[in-house]
Amino acid sequence: MCSSGLSTQDSALSKHGRESHSTSDWACAPLRQHGATARSRHAGDVGVFDHRNHVLRGLFLSYILYRTKFPDSFAAASSHLDWKLGAFNTAVLIFSSLTMALAVYYSQVGDRRKLLGFLVLTIILGLTFLVVKAIEYHEKYVTHHVPGPFFGFKWDEPAGDPRQAEMFYYIYFAMTGVHALHMVIGIGIMLVLVLMAKRGRFTPEYHSPVEISGLYWHFVDIVWIFLFPLLYLLGAHIHSH
Amino acid sequence: MSEHVVSKKTYFLIFGALMVLTTLTVFIANFDLGPLNVIVALSIAVLKATLVVLYFMHVRYSSKLTWVFVGAGFFWLAILIAFTFSDFATRSWVVIAK
Repeated sequence: MCSSGLSTQDSALSKHGRESHSTSDWACAPLRQHGATARSRHAGDVGVFDHRNHVLRGLFLSYILYRTKFPDSFAAASSHLDWKLGAFNTAVLIFSSLTMALAVYYSQVGDRRKLLGFLVLTIILGLTFLVVKAIEYHEKYVTHHVPGPFFGFKWDEPAGDPRQAEMFYYIYFAMTGVHALHMVIGIGIMLVLVLMAKRGRFTPEYHSPVEISGLYWHFVDIVWIFLFPLLYLLGAHIHSH
Repeated sequence: MSEHVVSKKTYFLIFGALMVLTTLTVFIANFDLGPLNVIVALSIAVLKATLVVLYFMHVRYSSKLTWVFVGAGFFWLAILIAFTFSDFATRSWVVIAK
């Protein structure tokens, strides 16, 4: 519709040469931009959902296999993780998903100040998660729970094969490590969004970058929703008695 | 393509539900329910993930194409686990002569 309407305008203005083009570009810009927004949002949605299941799949599979093979060793090894820190981080990530959802909301209604505020809040929560994760990793390093030549695991009463507990920690570090890497990437994306929002790049008509980055952020949250019970709560009942 | 703006109230409700479910899964983990441990923990996790996907990720209001892609992701995950397990669980059924 836009182009046909303008083609007559174009021919009418054709004697002005290049000027006609700039006029048509300007007149068509809002419509064209809106069309591109709808299309890219669609493609972006689909792209993120296509991606989200591939990552970590293999690790989940190896977790299931080894846990089935060594159920008691996995529970014993898991009981040495601090479930309180894990639960705290779960709450932090869920809260960050809320702030991200609100950032998307304010990009939709076009409130730049609140969009910026919630993006920054999301970054702060993401960093909080990583700091807690670093504290946990350090504790595991000090207590020789990092797999490798210095791995030493203290068993409770019925001693099992230390290599089975080591396998749990291999999977623990691989899964939480890949997850943390996604968090770091996510924070990087948020920083870019903050810069773009500061320059006023987002409008109610054009905010797909915020929306699609939000999908990524929630995806990372979902991965943690599964990692928390599988890794931290597996042996939580052992020490509660 | 008109865009659906999810209300703030919905976001707060989902956040509350996710927090309650997290508390619940931590509480239940204190009891040894035997094989039910993993079933309960994963059921709660699946419920939480579903809430995030449907509301925070707006899939409830998205196009059919998005639904197909979400479904396809889980379908392939199911294939990966089911086929690997059918191999893993039946290894001892057939003894191959050396």
